[in-house]
Amino acid sequence: MKTYNNRAWFLILPVLICVAFSAILPLMTVVNYSVQDILSPTQSVFVGTEWFKTVLRDADLHGALARQLFFSLAVLAIQIPLGILIALCMPAGGWRASLALVLISLPLLIPWNVVGTIWQIFGRGDIGLMGYALNSLGMSYNYNGNSVDAWMTVLVMDIWHWTPLVVLLCYAGLRAIPDAYYQAARIDGASRLAVFRFIQLPKMRNVLMIAVLLRFMDSFMIYTEPFVLTGGGPGNATTFLSQYLTQKAVGQFDLGPASAFSLIYFLIILLFCFVLYTWMQRVGTGDQK
Amino acid sequence: MARIDLIELGHAYRPNPTAPGDFALQPMTRTWDDGGAYALLGPSGCGKTTLLNIISGLVKPSHGRVLFDGRDVTQLPTEARNIAQVFQFPVIYDTMTVFDNLAFPLRNRGWKESQTRVRVHQVADMLELTSDLKHRASGLSVDAKQKISLGRGLVRPDVAAVLFDEPLTVIDPHLKWLLRRKLKEIHHELKLSLIYVTHDQVEALTFADQVVVMTQGEVVQTGSAQTLFEEPAHTFVGYFIGNPGMNLLPCSVQDGAAWVGGHALALSGAASAALAGAGGKVSLGVRPEFVECVADADAGGDLAAGGDTVPATVLSVRNMGTHFLAEFRLGEHRVAAKLRAIEAAAGSTVRLRFPQQRTLYYVDDQRVA
Amino acid sequence: MMAGRLASRISTTLLVAFLLLSMLPVYWMLNMSLKTNEEIVGTLSLWPGHLTFANYRTIFTDPSWYSGYINSMMYVAMNMVMSVAVALPAAYAFSRYHFLGDKHLFFWLLTNRMTPPAVFLLPFFQLYSTVGLMDTHLAVALAHMVFNVPLAVWILEGFMSGIPKEIDETAYIDGYSFPRFFVKIFLPMIKSGIGVTAFFCFMFSWVELLLARTLTSVNAKPIAATMTRTVSAAGMDWGVLAAAGVLTIVPGALVIWFVRHYIAKGFAMGRV
Repeated sequence: MKTYNNRAWFLILPVLICVAFSAILPLMTVVNYSVQDILSPTQSVFVGTEWFKTVLRDADLHGALARQLFFSLAVLAIQIPLGILIALCMPAGGWRASLALVLISLPLLIPWNVVGTIWQIFGRGDIGLMGYALNSLGMSYNYNGNSVDAWMTVLVMDIWHWTPLVVLLCYAGLRAIPDAYYQAARIDGASRLAVFRFIQLPKMRNVLMIAVLLRFMDSFMIYTEPFVLTGGGPGNATTFLSQYLTQKAVGQFDLGPASAFSLIYFLIILLFCFVLYTWMQRVGTGDQK
Repeated sequence: MARIDLIELGHAYRPNPTAPGDFALQPMTRTWDDGGAYALLGPSGCGKTTLLNIISGLVKPSHGRVLFDGRDVTQLPTEARNIAQVFQFPVIYDTMTVFDNLAFPLRNRGWKESQTRVRVHQVADMLELTSDLKHRASGLSVDAKQKISLGRGLVRPDVAAVLFDEPLTVIDPHLKWLLRRKLKEIHHELKLSLIYVTHDQVEALTFADQVVVMTQGEVVQTGSAQTLFEEPAHTFVGYFIGNPGMNLLPCSVQDGAAWVGGHALALSGAASAALAGAGGKVSLGVRPEFVECVADADAGGDLAAGGDTVPATVLSVRNMGTHFLAEFRLGEHRVAAKLRAIEAAAGSTVRLRFPQQRTLYYVDDQRVA
Repeated sequence: MMAGRLASRISTTLLVAFLLLSMLPVYWMLNMSLKTNEEIVGTLSLWPGHLTFANYRTIFTDPSWYSGYINSMMYVAMNMVMSVAVALPAAYAFSRYHFLGDKHLFFWLLTNRMTPPAVFLLPFFQLYSTVGLMDTHLAVALAHMVFNVPLAVWILEGFMSGIPKEIDETAYIDGYSFPRFFVKIFLPMIKSGIGVTAFFCFMFSWVELLLARTLTSVNAKPIAATMTRTVSAAGMDWGVLAAAGVLTIVPGALVIWFVRHYIAKGFAMGRV
């Protein structure tokens, strides 16, 4: 169904120019630094894979990585189904849809450090609405002292902040389904569940792919919001991978190991995304793009 | 197999329609017989799809009623009407096999698996889809997918009518012909009522027993292909059907003759009577297929001189293979003609004859003679 | 939707519940923005005990506030237009054609989003200094294209692939030239995709602070500098931050409002 035509490269050219140029240079720089021991601005020694080995052996890294993985998987497990559900509940058109669209997208528009700041107050038991409400319901809630509470707060904050992204993508995907499919389903006597399973979900395949990859990437690189909210604590309970990197880079690493870690960070995300991408392509129709 | 009655059926999108322009579909009353094949033909925006959707139940009409076999179905939802609809593009369930696609409507109605299998095989056989039954529906070609769409409609034995909304739009031209033939076969075998919406007159004229021509929300004529061709009741029908369409020339009636482009044409007795005292716009219509071109010498002159031809100048002549398509200038009007042979070259003067029994007269676009 | 009345009632209830919960922190932010810092950290109050506009005044009286707002909107708008314009042909190519390296290129595009923008900081700084684009709107707009263009291409490609290729061919048979087909037939069919793409490009560029702050100094300085001052002499400036949050929402809400008809359906008019 797709035709083979190498002249399509001309259509891709503008994108390549804008993106490749500004992406390859930094990458080359990082790779360069990662294999050198930089003693001073003018002196550096080639050390090969030594930084990579050092970084990978760090126990703190393992902890941060584990926490990060758990976080990202939790994010996916909650935000994707929730996003689909809310998108299904949204009206298709008219003023109601416009209102819903505006309200839904508000959390996305707040600068990320402000997000963390708001939730800092919001979650406090003494001066915050949520903290106070939870405590008066009988739970002893303290996100500063209790690791589990801190985790839940960071998770809920992320859900509040980013589920709208999934909702918007799924909503747009649903609107792109022509009416004829729903009409045919009515004529065929299909149940509501069947319509979801056989028409809506398959047709949302493309947007869901983007939603999953995007949420995974962004949650795996998350920095500002949890940092502002908990500072990584209590202890290192909510220290995720990017904060770990920043801590080490500012504190202990120099350019060499920091670059090595950046590359490893990048490669982990790349690997997971590739796996997710390939898996999602197979599930579904089974025919190739 | 249903007789379809439309009683004062009209549709307007706005609440209180007053002028004809407010109606997407002008109120109409007509009957369509059991088991017939009808085409709804007209340009975009003429209301044909609205009419189709009202019949299928996807749109509730603002005025009037729809009856199937005498039963009022106007308020019934689509699924209760025993109709099937095929859309402009194939509507199939991507994730299912062809078999499951065809079985879907039956399973939803609680059919037993064994009976479902028999019926699906029957329909697949009729549509030549048997070899594809185990394949995923999404991997097939477009025409096969349309056959699946159609099959899902035919698989229910209680289906009364099948409605088509320009179903061959996305099909390759050479496959269109095959599909059309298949549709005719099915029509013969199952004796269902078929209603087919299209803007392609070739499709309509070859497919249907009766063609319903529509424009601007109104049905202007219903008839067989031949009737529409030879006796169009409305200038629109004359213009829309035929390639090129009918020549429509404004004329005036004086002294018992029709004057076109400054020249007179004889009027038959019936035509004279019908046109006598006609106010409004009078037009003369004659199909290019019937216009005759005679050389000056044999013409016999115009009406005053006792002949029945008018002078015209040749503008262009094109050889279309099976015939010549010539364009003439008559006064300030243009006349097209399809001729078997023509010797005159561009620029020369000839005489045209409009055979009286093929020349039709319209007052305000309605045929009077 | 073809849901029965019960299902639609459940839908509405769920949606309203979700929206109410979702608006709580937004309301809280608004609440904070109208309080003094003392009140914020002192007591729990559902609305300001002492209503004050001082936080907003702090922002509005900063001489660079107004220009900061305009600057941000300018480079974000530039980025939106450029990203979508560049992504449309590329997405069409990925969706309609096979070519050498197409699958790899498609995936590689997304890898540009797999590193935090911080990685690009130094190289961009050097690059833009060299070509004399420092402190211009164009610089920030270009820099943001690194993460917006791949997203735009991916989203648009997804929606374009949903349109069967037969539509293209039918249009050519009907006599459409490619540009006319693209603009009059194709683009309207992927309206909702364009709507979300435009909004996401806006959103990701609008909230990006690091690159925007680094690449600008005076002429193109975004609101970031003014509005996200975190610590003043008296400690964390909660109120000003909250007010900043409220003010940053407004343009985004406007953008979604403008693209709403692209994303949602307008009036359901019947076809003929």
